[in-house]
Amino acid sequence: MGLIANYNVRSMLVRKGTAAMTAMGIAMVVAVFVMTLAIAQGFRATLVASGSPQNAIVLRKSATSETVSAVMKPEFALIETLPQIARDAQGQPLASPELVVIISRPRISDNQPANVPLRGVGPRAFQVRDSIKFVEGRRFTPGLREINVGKLAVGRFKGLSLGSDVKFGNVIWKVVGVFTADDASFESEVWGDVDLMLNAFQRSGYQSVTIKLTDPSALESLQAAIMGDPRLDFKVEREQDYYDEQSQVMTTVIRVFGTFVTLILSIGAMFGAMNTMYAAVGYRTREIGTLRALGFSRGRIVTAFLAESVMLALIGGVVGCLLALPVHGLSTGTTNMASFSEVAFKFRITPALLAGGMVFAGLMGAAGGLLPAIRAARIPVARALREI
Amino acid sequence: MTMALIELRDVTKTYKRDAIEIPVLESVTISVPEGDYLGLMGPSGSGKSTLLNLLAGIDRPTGGSIRIGDTEISTLSERALAAWRARHIGFIFQLYNLIPVLTAFENVELPLLLTSLSKKQRREHVMTALNIVSLADRAAHYPRQLSGGQEQRVAIARAIVTDPTLLLADEPTGDLDAKSAGEVLTLLQRLNTEYKKTIVMVTHDPHAAERATHLLHLEKGTLVEQVGA
Ligand SMILES: Nc1ncnc2c1ncn2[C@@H]1O[C@H](COP(=O)(O)OP(=O)(O)OP(=O)(O)O)[C@@H](O)[C@H]1O
Ligand SMILES: [Mg+2]
Repeated sequence: MGLIANYNVRSMLVRKGTAAMTAMGIAMVVAVFVMTLAIAQGFRATLVASGSPQNAIVLRKSATSETVSAVMKPEFALIETLPQIARDAQGQPLASPELVVIISRPRISDNQPANVPLRGVGPRAFQVRDSIKFVEGRRFTPGLREINVGKLAVGRFKGLSLGSDVKFGNVIWKVVGVFTADDASFESEVWGDVDLMLNAFQRSGYQSVTIKLTDPSALESLQAAIMGDPRLDFKVEREQDYYDEQSQVMTTVIRVFGTFVTLILSIGAMFGAMNTMYAAVGYRTREIGTLRALGFSRGRIVTAFLAESVMLALIGGVVGCLLALPVHGLSTGTTNMASFSEVAFKFRITPALLAGGMVFAGLMGAAGGLLPAIRAARIPVARALREI
Repeated sequence: MTMALIELRDVTKTYKRDAIEIPVLESVTISVPEGDYLGLMGPSGSGKSTLLNLLAGIDRPTGGSIRIGDTEISTLSERALAAWRARHIGFIFQLYNLIPVLTAFENVELPLLLTSLSKKQRREHVMTALNIVSLADRAAHYPRQLSGGQEQRVAIARAIVTDPTLLLADEPTGDLDAKSAGEVLTLLQRLNTEYKKTIVMVTHDPHAAERATHLLHLEKGTLVEQVGA
């Protein structure tokens, strides 16, 4: 097969211009494909990063997300005492009662108001979420109207930088620290003291409790303890699973949309490849006749031209991946349909995604090359040899 | 007398163009002994190329039987016929039909890709064939870097590299100047006498016809027997 590969590669190079155009067409589709899926990947990764395997989240049984859940103070008091909850050096349970409220802030990019999640957290929230690191300032002090802002929120919304005064819930809060959270969605949030927030927003109860387990394996026993208590109408999920679920609607929407767009584009690219290959077969009819006269079977001719088309497409695939790569790590944001608030995240291109792009390119090449390859193999030899 | 290498019996060939049937060969019966060098002559359109293509298994007869060696090729499947061509036929075209993007070496190597020979064995075979046509020094040249005569000699090397049963040439000197044509004809004659190749050659050229041991004339699709040299 070695020499036949040479034959196809060199023949392709003879018609560089057409080959390059065809490869570019495929490159564009692969680039769009990789970029849209990079959005889905990035979004999911951001939400999944929010969950830790050692954390559990307690929600009202019927709640699909924390924004529609409720945990009353007496209920929290019962939960807090459970032995599956890890404790700090002072013996305090590592459980954070939380409240998520949405506030409106103008975006820096277009000055349009966007929904920013505001999370009231308990005093030990930073021990429960140990991925939180301060890049500027310090933690808010419980009992004071101080807030911390995720780094991505600072960059995305107006007036949230360190030292700013921010008004919401009819009172003024001061930004005293900016944090990162290993790319988790918390980086798009604003955090403050949960009890002050309850007052500011006139709420009577929390929405969720996030717990650091004594051990990741303690989840089941915690579930049994909470579900078995008739006073508690809650469900307990591993935090990671919860955030994975929260990402699903959105990633599905992005994937379906991305696939739809790329499929439409790919039809064009595929016809481009088909056109190029039909032309190649036309130009090389006498060569095909010669190869057939030498004893090359129809199968080999089909394989050779199909391989040529796939090769051309794979070159396009590589170019497409290279075109898409620079978006890796770029920040963007979207409204998470599960919480109706904005989540900032980064495009995320993984090796698997690039491999997917290459497979997609190969498929376009195969689909575009199939009919021309079959035509090449079906030309009667005697007639092909009469072509000039 | 031994069994003939080629046995054509009542071979007919009709082309259909739209609804009209064009009879090209009518009841051709020929027998060619092994080691023969047969010249096939006749006016343009008399069906010479058609007949040669039938012998090569490139085209199929409308009727009659074609036996070459011990194979009845008119009944072979498409796939079997391709494999049979690769083993038994060396075809030399008027316009050489070298693949322009491949070097002389690679062109000659093409038919060997259908065999189970190793790369090293293929190399030996190719160089032997190129030596026979005295073009070993041009192995790395592309067809456009060769003269017409040289191209045709490379094509001959490609035709003989698998050591086929039968060499078929369709006006091999039709596109060459007198000197190159002479070289190609000498080469074919050597292949016949020295390497004992059976050759069937279509030609218009009386000089070419002189080299053949037998001559046949085709007129409007039927054979007009004629005693050769
Ligand atoms: N594939 C085909 N379809 C239809 N008609 C054909 C086909 N091949 C050949 N013919 C016709 O068959 C006849 C004989 O053609 P062929 O090529 O065998 O002649 P030839 O003797 O080789 O002529 P020349 O000396 O010009 O090469 C011609 O009339 C030609 O038009
Ligand atoms: Mg002819």
